[in-house]
Amino acid sequence: MGSIELVCPAGSPAMLEAAIEAGADSVYCGLRDETNARNFPGLNFDATELTRAVDFAHRKGSNVLVAINTFARAGGEDRWRASVKTAINAGADAIIAADLAVLAHVRQLSSAVRLHLSVQAAANTPEAIRFYVETFGVRRVVVPRVMSAAEIADLIKESSAEIEAFVFGGLCVMTEGRCALSSYVSGQSPNLSGVCSPPEAVSFERTSEGMISRLAGLALDKTPTGATAGYPTLCKGRFATDGDATYLFEEPTSLNAMGLLASLRDAGVKAVKIEGRQRGKAYVARVTRAFRKAIDALDRGESTAPYEHMLTDLAEGGRETEGAYNKRWR
Amino acid sequence: MSLEITLGPLLFNWPAADIAGFYERMAHEPLVRRIYLGEVVCGKREPLAAATLLGAADLLRDAGKEVVWSTLGLISTPRDRRLLRGVAEQDGWLLELNDLAALSLLPNCHPFVAGPLLNIYNGSAAQILVDRGCERLCANIELSLAAIGEIHRACPDLEIEVFGFGRLPLALSARCYHARQAGLSKDTCRFVCDRDPDGQAVQTLEGASFLSINGIQTLSHGVHTVAASPGELQAAGVRAVRLSPHACDMSGVIAAYGRYFESGDRGRLLAQLLACDLPGPLVDGYLGGAAGMRPAVAL
Repeated sequence: MGSIELVCPAGSPAMLEAAIEAGADSVYCGLRDETNARNFPGLNFDATELTRAVDFAHRKGSNVLVAINTFARAGGEDRWRASVKTAINAGADAIIAADLAVLAHVRQLSSAVRLHLSVQAAANTPEAIRFYVETFGVRRVVVPRVMSAAEIADLIKESSAEIEAFVFGGLCVMTEGRCALSSYVSGQSPNLSGVCSPPEAVSFERTSEGMISRLAGLALDKTPTGATAGYPTLCKGRFATDGDATYLFEEPTSLNAMGLLASLRDAGVKAVKIEGRQRGKAYVARVTRAFRKAIDALDRGESTAPYEHMLTDLAEGGRETEGAYNKRWR
Repeated sequence: MSLEITLGPLLFNWPAADIAGFYERMAHEPLVRRIYLGEVVCGKREPLAAATLLGAADLLRDAGKEVVWSTLGLISTPRDRRLLRGVAEQDGWLLELNDLAALSLLPNCHPFVAGPLLNIYNGSAAQILVDRGCERLCANIELSLAAIGEIHRACPDLEIEVFGFGRLPLALSARCYHARQAGLSKDTCRFVCDRDPDGQAVQTLEGASFLSINGIQTLSHGVHTVAASPGELQAAGVRAVRLSPHACDMSGVIAAYGRYFESGDRGRLLAQLLACDLPGPLVDGYLGGAAGMRPAVAL
């Protein structure tokens, strides 16, 4: 492993192997149910697949981090407890959790297993981190994608846990775990059910003026005929307040912070994370390879510049941003 | 015992005179027992309203109200952290926490209220807060009444409050949408959120109003109301119903809920609310486990 741990998404066993072969230090994945925040059809692992995946990763010198990062349904906590047990039995190197109940349950079952605080817990202050460290022995915190690089550097100075930061992929506009837009419209949300803007609520309507993308019937965007219509995620739609409709919350761009790897490393960021368990094997292989090369270059004292535009075509709408890391809107 | 009516913290940037006038009126509302004060949305607004809110606290206490101080929902700057620390160090205040950061500042077992912006979705999580001193939980807005009932069964001694009236606080962001909308940055925002006493309506491409923005907060456009009878609420362990302040006829709103808790006549509740100059249509999906924007209809 280099100076900074590369953590890559695995939505399936094939994706996990592809990520590891491409140079991931760690992969993160979830079980095939509502206990993880990418509860989409056709994704994720069953218990047997997870055990095999951990064996494979360990043979290759990589770690498997299991995301049990939704909030347990009241009265249905047993399912989350079962996922914790499955992850520990499979030999997971860490469990990524957000719910107080899940964090506590991990600690009841094992004092040894590493706990990482999911971005869904939105811990962005030394005080919040201290609460999770003191209460549950959390070792690492994944910080919200709304923090700037300077804020992360300041946080690390006072943080009692390792810090992991997102560097590539989809961008949450709202603070993760603090957003109910999706359930307001569709009845399902990341916190309630592990999905945002659920596929069954999505529809596309072809009109003479182009394609209208809808979520639960609401028109979120209109794309001219011939252009690719984006997935109607609520916070990335076009809305009007006074007159003209704009991307009110955020332009539909993707995060690519490869150019900031050196400053994140120098700030003390322990691990960097790639988003996209739903994106497939070819995606993860390409992104992992590019970031592996960039981190290795950094560790040789070279620039990451040659690798910085290797991934532009993967971005949402073909557009990339360094996200909040260089906060111009602050 | 009848359901208690509480008044949630003011979520909007009102002029100081309007805030003072509002709480002077609320001091004389006999149906309201507990009033939450404090800036929950934006740390930048806090100095504008602090003196007025502290004055209101004295006035309300003198009028026999129980005052609870609500903390910021998203702590994102050194100023926010100082503010939180200052509030946590105040003696004699019951605090409503809207970010768990505050728990590392309060002594263990210090009593507190868990606010609706915390992610408490089940009884096991609620019990962890109870062990830390939590006396009351204002349920997260996404929770169904069935889920709230489960939390009550797991923690029977925990007082439960539900968000029962107002635009729903749906999301927080580090970015200020009022500033973005006005072509300003968060640091130079000129407090333009003061133009919209109930938030600014957001429409879809087809002109449907469905959200509203309030600084860094996104709220529903629809005005939430409870889709359960008083008996159903109490059976699920609900002790109090929170009304979120708006620039509409709040005294009318309080009276409508007071009558509803006596009579259980939901048709009358909706009709009386609609006469209160609400900022949007009535919605009520969440308590029934449906989409929050489901239009409210009389049963």
